[in-house]
Amino acid sequence: MATTATAHQTKWWSGGKSPFNLEYGKLMMWYFLMSDAFTFGAFLISYGSIRFSQNFWPDPNVVFNAFPGAGHSNLPLAFVSVMTFILIISSVTMVLAVHAGHKGDKQGVIKWLGWTIVGGLAFLGCQAWEWHHLITGEHATLIDGQIQWVGQTTRVNPWGALAGIDDVAAALKNSSQHSLALLAHEQNHSLVHEELMGMPKEKLLGMINTAELHVRANGPVAFGGYFYGITGFHGFHVFSGVIINIIMVIMTQKDVFQKRGHYLMIEKAGLYWQFVDLVWVFVFLCFYLI
Amino acid sequence: MEHQSSAMPSEITFHHPHQSDEEFRKKVRKTTILLSVITVIELAIGLSIYTIHKGENPSHLLVLMFKGVVCILTLAKAYYIVSVFMHLGDEIRNMIMTIVVPLLLFIWFIIAFIADGNSYKNLRNTYDPHFKESTTPKEHHAEKQAHEEPKPGKQ
Repeated sequence: MATTATAHQTKWWSGGKSPFNLEYGKLMMWYFLMSDAFTFGAFLISYGSIRFSQNFWPDPNVVFNAFPGAGHSNLPLAFVSVMTFILIISSVTMVLAVHAGHKGDKQGVIKWLGWTIVGGLAFLGCQAWEWHHLITGEHATLIDGQIQWVGQTTRVNPWGALAGIDDVAAALKNSSQHSLALLAHEQNHSLVHEELMGMPKEKLLGMINTAELHVRANGPVAFGGYFYGITGFHGFHVFSGVIINIIMVIMTQKDVFQKRGHYLMIEKAGLYWQFVDLVWVFVFLCFYLI
Repeated sequence: MEHQSSAMPSEITFHHPHQSDEEFRKKVRKTTILLSVITVIELAIGLSIYTIHKGENPSHLLVLMFKGVVCILTLAKAYYIVSVFMHLGDEIRNMIMTIVVPLLLFIWFIIAFIADGNSYKNLRNTYDPHFKESTTPKEHHAEKQAHEEPKPGKQ
């Protein structure tokens, strides 16, 4: 390792050379990423702070248990692990794109950047599905002494503790016709919603088996804001990473880097993309695992 | 380093030792497998936490321990992504330190704010009985509740 020895012996601070031995743009990308790490860190820590200030917090395995096309089956962690692997693989293809750039291999750069873009778009698609499912998937929730059907939004959280059976029984009497009709339909699929809406309330109440209901109280409201805020901010990074990668493909195609004599720009885009994966590792930890 | 073209930026005085394709591929493959294996372990732990929560007597100490292990595994993943995929490990020490040393602030940041949240909870539980009553889950084993007799003392 003769070259490594030279690096150690060089007097980096004696002037006349950059003590960091790094191209300006790449160094600034590193500092940008460091500041971005603090931004994400501040978000996640504030989430942790709020979470520690609550007596109850939703169990991620209960919140994130859906899989596209799997209906109502309970599959905790399944979909998010798909998303995680998509990002890891796209990280690897980005490393390969950077390596191809080192060798000045134009076709290699385009090929691997292309796969990275595919991975990024797949991840964004997954996230769109997940958000859509959380917002539109409504759950019977015990709010203010009534059963209401709510999705996960920034204003309401349907993932509180399981409500007691007598609380639910009392709440049923105060609930709207619409809520009761949905509950009755859940237990008796043979009746359509319109039919149930026309029935008297007493009849609906008689149809609902309270012991079989799994109604939760409303959980901490902050959950929605933090989840959508932080995964949204991360998703925005993925989106801008995809845009940057597309620009890199176009520039490579037009021989911009070939004429410049180096593919350092691909390295900078690569750093940004790896950072997006790095952040996901922590988002995954904070929201889905613990 | 004559094999590098003169177009390289002037800030770079020393070029990284050239890595053979074979070496590079081996390193990337190894890191990818490592990251995947760590992720699979994390998922397995996540699922065990889920089963512990569902079980008869959830051991909170065990859950806490599992969560600690997941945190450590995540840090390991972060280390491999940054040092191998982002090549920070190949940069010179001066530069690595300008990135890593400021990040040490996170140690204070995490401890201080988590402790703050926790202390806020304790204060509210002490001085705000309504908060305590309305946010603490009433039944410890809520999952089993549907099959139990309703407790007489409950509202």
